[in-house]
Amino acid sequence: MAAMARSDVQLMLDVKAGDEQSFALLLHRYRSPLINFLYRMVRNREQAEDLAQEVFIRVYRAREDYVPSAKFTTWLFRIATNLALNSVRDNRYQRMEISLDAPVTTDAEDGDEKTMDVAEKHPNIEQHLIEEARRKMIRQAIEKLPEKQRAAVLLHKYQELDYGEISKILECSESALKSLLFRAYETLRVELAPLVAQQGK
Amino acid sequence: MTGLKTGHYNPGAAGKAAEEAGSEGKEDMSCGRMEKKIMGYVDGRLKEGERLEMEKHLSTCAVCQLRVNEFRAVDVLLDEVPVIEPSAAFDVRVWARVAAEPAKQSWWAWFAPSPRVAFAASMLVLAMMWLGSRPPEPSLNASEVETINQNMQVLENYDVISDFAPLSELPQPAQGDDIDDANQNQSTNPNLQM
Repeated sequence: MAAMARSDVQLMLDVKAGDEQSFALLLHRYRSPLINFLYRMVRNREQAEDLAQEVFIRVYRAREDYVPSAKFTTWLFRIATNLALNSVRDNRYQRMEISLDAPVTTDAEDGDEKTMDVAEKHPNIEQHLIEEARRKMIRQAIEKLPEKQRAAVLLHKYQELDYGEISKILECSESALKSLLFRAYETLRVELAPLVAQQGK
Repeated sequence: MTGLKTGHYNPGAAGKAAEEAGSEGKEDMSCGRMEKKIMGYVDGRLKEGERLEMEKHLSTCAVCQLRVNEFRAVDVLLDEVPVIEPSAAFDVRVWARVAAEPAKQSWWAWFAPSPRVAFAASMLVLAMMWLGSRPPEPSLNASEVETINQNMQVLENYDVISDFAPLSELPQPAQGDDIDDANQNQSTNPNLQM
């Protein structure tokens, strides 16, 4: 497919020239990475999809003024990260307000994933419960990281962006990014100590 | 993965190992310097020279070696985080929003980011409309204006001439008629001439 071979920048320039099919290709290429990144940032699937839509709409709106000065992914994830960080801060504020009335402790998403996993594979219940506990522990450890460290880990680990790109996205120096990642992994190795120990056996 | 066999350390082990390393003395400084490079070593993004330097350090420093092993273990654990799929309605929603966008940015969209500029511009337009809608003041047509201009020139000449001392010695009637006419026309009703 010749179309798939076109670079992100070329696709964006085609969108600028009025080709909506190229926008469809960008959407197809980045919807899943964006939704997963945002989901791990905001911890709510619906909100993650809303934010991902917002990212794509902002990209579409900016098409007229698009100049390929930076990597497309840098621009894309910068929009996504800023939306996510704002959203996380808003959520925290809202949660503080809600908690005055009733304590909200459990994440509604937990239930969804549990039932999905059971349906997916059920070799034996014990094995399944262990795996599920592992995943939950890992996810919660990521969720507990301060949001900027979390964004750094997600962009580094799952998007495999290079240090230069990530530091542009997070608007910090490369040196500051390296400390963010170092601190995040330090926290994670303590939070996940039982699993880290198992990993070595 | 190398060194995962050291994973039997418990979380407190790093601290204990640090104390041991500290008692050996010289490793402390270099551990601090290595910290920022550990991620790069674990993810394989260090430059060749830095990687060799790190390996040399790791061969003599149990604390950093433990950290490297545990960072690698964390890295593997992060792979277990499940990936979610976009919901079926996702694309539809995006396209609906794209369709709701104006086809082309109109020139006045430039104002959108600045409500104050937009406000100022609309006030200016309103002010101009108000001025435009006021009843027109009585105006002169082109030929009337020209007549006045001509008369004004004559009057200006008159001012100069009347103050020109030598002229007063000349017989008065010689240039008096024209000037008197102009003067009279101007002071009574200039519009009536021609």
